[in-house]
Amino acid sequence: MVTTRAPDTGSGPAATPNSDASPSSRFADLGRWVAPLVSFIAILALWQVTVVVFRLPRFILPPPLDVLIAFGTNLPTLLRDSLVTLRETVLGFFLSIVVAVPLAVVIAASAPLRNGLYPLLLLGQSVPKQAIAPLLLLWIGYGEMPKVVLAFLTAFFPIVVNTAIGLQMTPPEMHDLGRLLSASRWRVFFKVTFPSAMPYFFAGLKVAISLAVVGAVIGEFIGADQGLGQRIVVASGNQRTELAFASIMMLSLLGIVLFGLVALAEKLLCPWYNKA
Amino acid sequence: MIVLDGVSMAYRTRQKGAVTALHGLDLQVADGEFVTLVGPSGCGKSTVLKLVAGLLMPSAGRITIGDKAVKGPRREMGFVFQTPVLLPWRSVRENVLLPIEMLGLPARGHAERADALLAKVGLGGFERAHSWELSGGMQQRVGICRALVHDPEILLMDEPFAALDAMTRETIGFELLRIWEERRKTVLFVTHSIPEAVLLADRVVVMTARPGRIAGIVPIALPRPRTVEMEYDADFKAAALEIRRLIDQGGPIGHHPGA
Repeated sequence: MVTTRAPDTGSGPAATPNSDASPSSRFADLGRWVAPLVSFIAILALWQVTVVVFRLPRFILPPPLDVLIAFGTNLPTLLRDSLVTLRETVLGFFLSIVVAVPLAVVIAASAPLRNGLYPLLLLGQSVPKQAIAPLLLLWIGYGEMPKVVLAFLTAFFPIVVNTAIGLQMTPPEMHDLGRLLSASRWRVFFKVTFPSAMPYFFAGLKVAISLAVVGAVIGEFIGADQGLGQRIVVASGNQRTELAFASIMMLSLLGIVLFGLVALAEKLLCPWYNKA
Repeated sequence: MIVLDGVSMAYRTRQKGAVTALHGLDLQVADGEFVTLVGPSGCGKSTVLKLVAGLLMPSAGRITIGDKAVKGPRREMGFVFQTPVLLPWRSVRENVLLPIEMLGLPARGHAERADALLAKVGLGGFERAHSWELSGGMQQRVGICRALVHDPEILLMDEPFAALDAMTRETIGFELLRIWEERRKTVLFVTHSIPEAVLLADRVVVMTARPGRIAGIVPIALPRPRTVEMEYDADFKAAALEIRRLIDQGGPIGHHPGA
């Protein structure tokens, strides 16, 4: 490659702005990190100042420093609660994948079934999950199960819809190719249709994982003796607002990590996406 | 030998009711012949390819290939689509091997053949690349290799170079001719470019629209192998002019010289 470029002396001056671009883009990279950090710190500072200036009582709004201290001192408890909520969330999430994907395949494959099932799904989706949480408690009791079911119910819909759309995005030429070569429907499905749907499937998963956390926490709000959601309820009831805030902090960390894992899985399984 | 005997194609739409896409097509294509179909958009050129491929059934008339009536899709067809439609998660080689896998044959046994085809179109060394790393012209070259990998007797090409720039189009056209001259497959090539139709073909089938019918068939006397210089040949110009006239007789659609 170098030898083919060598006679191209005309590119000499063009190389200068190019080499300039790399430190300036590094600076832009830095800016991408620094700017949100600065605004984040500014918000915390404003929060701290507000609490001090207006002399807000701790149980109404604790200063951020107290929240951080509560986070640190209660870390073992918070981690134990996180594991509980994580388990409920992940179980519900995987359950929703297991149910949603075959359903999406059915919906994508058959127009009559699609017409029959879609309205039902929409109807189901229009029911606020919070509203049925007490009923779930009544039906399945007090343990981990109602939380898992709530996580499943909230995560389920975006996975079905996105996957079903993705499965219908196969280029029509590929169906022609399959027919020409008398390939079975299953062969075309596994070689073309299913992989084509992967980016849509993951788009659904990214929405679903955040919703699964919400579902699990709602379940814990209604009735639980452990978990981050339950910790928030108890801490608020005891006017230990700084602990409630620390739990919320842990909850959002949990959500970010889970989302990051799904995004990572997408990157590993569909490396072609965003490039094609 | 591909024979179209009084082939018509009508379909129903909600707005217009029954629409005749093709009307009374008679055409014979000899084995190993390179035939281009040229005409304005809406003349049913692509429909002809799908009918020959058995992907569509004519509403009247019959199509036979080597004495056998076409009753459904047939695997001895290679199809090159208007866009390459490569699968982005597969490497170039794996894309070329897709038809082999669709046939349920072991892909590994055909890898050598895939690589040889890729080398012929100047893509040697790109076997492991992915489609997003290739230019449009390179992608369509992969599309041609994919159509040829199972060694079909008939190659159907539906405006394969329409999305490419003029220079790439010419180069890839000559590459196609080189491959074709090595093993003369029967080629049906749809295009809306008159120069392309003339430069590639043994015969040019000129079609007109609404309903699609054959306005005339222009034999191309230019010797093979074809070269770029032939575009300035008197025979080339005469053939192009005749095709232009045949299209213009077809109705108002043909009266836009720029189209």
